[in-house]
Amino acid sequence: MSEGKAKGKLALYWAASCGGCEIAVLGIDTKILDVAENFDIVFWPCATDGKVRDVEKMADGEIDVCLFNGGIRTSEQEYMARLMRQKSKVLVAFGSCAHEGCIPGLSNLDSKESCFKTVYHDSPSLDNPQGTVPRTVTEVPEGKLHLPLYYDTLKTLDQTVPVDYYLPGCPPEADRIWDAIVAILEQKLPEPGSIIGSDTTVCDDCPRTREEKKIKKFYRTWQIKPDPDKCLLEQGILCCGIATRAGCGALCPQVNSPCIGCYGPNNGVEDYGARLFSAVASVIDSQDPKEIDAIIKDGIPDPAGSFYRFSLAHSLLRRSKLKGKDGGAKVAADAS
Amino acid sequence: MSDNFEPKIVGFMCNWCSYRAADLAGSARIKYPPNVRIIRVMCSGRMDPAFVLKALSLGADGVMLAGCHPGECHYIDQNYKAMRRYYMLKHMLRAVGVEEDRVRLVWRSAAEGEQLAQAVTEFVADVKKLGPLEWPDNWEENGQRLKALEDIVKEHQEAMEVN
Repeated sequence: MSEGKAKGKLALYWAASCGGCEIAVLGIDTKILDVAENFDIVFWPCATDGKVRDVEKMADGEIDVCLFNGGIRTSEQEYMARLMRQKSKVLVAFGSCAHEGCIPGLSNLDSKESCFKTVYHDSPSLDNPQGTVPRTVTEVPEGKLHLPLYYDTLKTLDQTVPVDYYLPGCPPEADRIWDAIVAILEQKLPEPGSIIGSDTTVCDDCPRTREEKKIKKFYRTWQIKPDPDKCLLEQGILCCGIATRAGCGALCPQVNSPCIGCYGPNNGVEDYGARLFSAVASVIDSQDPKEIDAIIKDGIPDPAGSFYRFSLAHSLLRRSKLKGKDGGAKVAADAS
Repeated sequence: MSDNFEPKIVGFMCNWCSYRAADLAGSARIKYPPNVRIIRVMCSGRMDPAFVLKALSLGADGVMLAGCHPGECHYIDQNYKAMRRYYMLKHMLRAVGVEEDRVRLVWRSAAEGEQLAQAVTEFVADVKKLGPLEWPDNWEENGQRLKALEDIVKEHQEAMEVN
């Protein structure tokens, strides 16, 4: 694509994520060579041997594009988010975690203490007889050792630093990643702050037949054998396609599995889950309050996980209520 | 909890009935607590649950929804949709630890000024008992956060000097 033109500088970083986004980047296949032809990859800890101090030594805005995946869960991740923001001209929230918090954001349904208890004390696969837990500071004869501080609440990238673009998906599909890279190279990016992707919903890509939606009972996927040609939601299976941005090609509904909403909200939607459950609730086939309540309670045992599976940290409420010492909300000493 | 807690309540009321009931209560000089900030919507069916979540997340202690009696909707059956969304919303709020009684749906016709005033009075009293919600405090990290960030910066600076 570039002939003798100066190469741009590209960085990739991950924070609280599973690593799937890093693999998704390689999903563009041999086109990664085109990327390497056009960009010097200056920092990509997952794949190349770069050091944080190399980035710290760079001038501000020296990196042209940084693809940042993962949510912000620890002080180290917040530090890196700030550093990458400072050193990059364009910061892209890459993938659902950086965009909306994704699965790690579901830990916002509980407290830090509870997460630690599960991970370091209660997990059945655990062997931790001394009950060791990570501490922020440990004193040893040689001095103090530091570990990053683990936050109570996972934040998304844009709740931490300003973000220029979002690339949704868990993980983003290879074709969409390539579209974004081409848009960057050809300098045909949309307005800053926009989500790079299509402007329709998964339903528009879904080949199933849609008729009128009326739900008398919700089924979980193991409770029913779905008709392969009919809309899953019309069959009572909670399919999130109606509220989810297109981009994946409706992969899940095509194999009889409901959309779980990984591509996040469409343009103009402030709260993905509210949009989804509002739409789902309105087609419940009953006018009797008691029956409506029963259909909802029986059919959707985990509303937070069903409607906010990928977007809890980015939702209006962001998390569940923390039970502080004073019985209600805890005291916020940090005003920043 | 202090006794003089005055809850902030947002009330979304239907243009065709409950909002007029509030008007009627006003012109009939029926007293009710001033805690409710009323926002007129064209129909209770216009009530996006996101409005409620937004109100709570921005500091409201309770949200009241009011529409026409079932079967009397100006738009045929949209208040039934409001009803279904209301139960779904309560189900959702329970899941994130918000007391479900902070949101209440009532049906009041344009003639029921007194009943509307009564519903507001009861709701304000109930939210008062629940106490303040103060939702934004939920996601602020405590004071350790800035200290931890400073520590990282310091550590990295020291490491730079060694090299």
